[in-house]
Amino acid sequence: MSKKNEDVRFGKFGTVSFTRTTRVNDFIDHLESGKVMYTHCNTCGADFFPPRADCAGCLSSDMQWREVTGTGKLVSYSQLEFAPVGFDADLPYSIALLDYGDFQVFGRLGGDVDLAEVMIGMPMTTVVNELPNGQLNFVFKIAE
Amino acid sequence: MKKVAIIGVGQSTFVRAYPGSLRELAFEGFKEAITDAGITGKQIDASVFCSAPEYDKQRSPSAVVAEYLGLNPAPTFYVETLCSSSSTGLKLAYSMVASGVHDIVAVIGLQKMSEISSAESQERMGRGADIQWESPFGTMMPAYYAMHAKAHMDKYGTTLEDLAAVRVKAATYGQMNERAVYRKPVALDMFTDPENRMSGPVSSPLRVGDCCANADGTSCLIVASEEKARALSKKPVWILGVGAASASVNLTGRDRLYGLKAAEQAARQAYAMAGVGPKDIDVAEVHDCFTIAELLAYEALGFAEPGGAKELIQSKETYKEGSIPVNVDGGLLSKGHPIGATGGSQVRTIVLQLRGEAGDMQVKDPQIGLVHNIGGVGIYGNVTILGNL
Repeated sequence: MSKKNEDVRFGKFGTVSFTRTTRVNDFIDHLESGKVMYTHCNTCGADFFPPRADCAGCLSSDMQWREVTGTGKLVSYSQLEFAPVGFDADLPYSIALLDYGDFQVFGRLGGDVDLAEVMIGMPMTTVVNELPNGQLNFVFKIAE
Repeated sequence: MKKVAIIGVGQSTFVRAYPGSLRELAFEGFKEAITDAGITGKQIDASVFCSAPEYDKQRSPSAVVAEYLGLNPAPTFYVETLCSSSSTGLKLAYSMVASGVHDIVAVIGLQKMSEISSAESQERMGRGADIQWESPFGTMMPAYYAMHAKAHMDKYGTTLEDLAAVRVKAATYGQMNERAVYRKPVALDMFTDPENRMSGPVSSPLRVGDCCANADGTSCLIVASEEKARALSKKPVWILGVGAASASVNLTGRDRLYGLKAAEQAARQAYAMAGVGPKDIDVAEVHDCFTIAELLAYEALGFAEPGGAKELIQSKETYKEGSIPVNVDGGLLSKGHPIGATGGSQVRTIVLQLRGEAGDMQVKDPQIGLVHNIGGVGIYGNVTILGNL
């Protein structure tokens, strides 16, 4: 593929993306339509978050997209007071891990989540989030 | 398997900014190690360089450093496992010598982190995680270890004071270590004094005092076959066990955050190979890049039961006079953490301890020592067991 036809959709992921292209670029289209998706291996049935194009278990590349729905349990989180280069404008923010059982999701807590209400093990949901710079990511919210 | 020994050790004084180039830095540890071994560079038949290369402006640094140290035409190459690069280098050197392919191998760990700014350095360390799926969220090493700290506190009731106690112990010995970057005393109340720098938040629950400092430094280990070791050295220290394991980079692949599985697996391998257990270890160096990391290490290595690390640090059993002295050279928290040099520096400390040459930091008559060195946030686990016999 020539450079000008390169599919660089993944460059839109997160405050700063370090990856421009991947065989799961469709993840970005799903984010744009308001959905956080994982991949499911059509051959062996394994579920993957983050989404993978290839299954290391059965070597199949026959994947289907499925939506991350329902709640996951908060495994842990941390609020950063310092940020790496390019992320200063986001401070303070919290990174976190949610356990959905068949897979886990790594992301951020929503900017409006009150840390005083956050407890390890609590149910949270994963939702698409548009960043001030126009980039897209996803964040965790306390389940209703 | 053939026996393999360490016959020479060296390291530079770890500093915030080394006033010289990378190759000149490497010379400092190398000279000390070959002098210690009583050999010349010409007797070294292979060299392994260990660092995290994104800090280096030089492409393929092993080549220029080998040239500067006079190690041509012996083969030289580069290995990298982030913060455990020189433990990986030692395992490779062990394998190279145990196989009979080489007789004397130099393992040179080095890092000149000051070539880039602290913020750039943090950004690079963040990219030691999954750059496709984690780094776009703005991750940094302290934040990942902070997540482990929070999980450990939640599961086992570990407290902020338990974390601070690790730093207080490190500073106790860092003051005695002329090679350490941080040599001031640290007291528990500094962590609760909002005016004190130690209490400043970094990534909750970790504070400035919970984190080790970047540093420039180098370490060098001379690894030799049994035949060469017996001919050349009056005090060889034997490599009894080398364990190594890997884990998923992305935290989504971890089954727990209150421990590091790769470290537990590496420990099991090293203990089995050496034919010893946790109770046989007389002195240990563990990877305390953050205070929580030392507590995780106590449990991974079997020095404490799961959840028992807080009692171990509070009982002072990991002080020099305790039942299992840990990091009595000040650890990474006091020495500083020049990524690629750290593992070799830990091994140097244990070699000096086993020889009875650790000065004010000397533990009473140790025979078996252990080194625990982690790359990334539990991505690479390495445990090495050394002994006098």
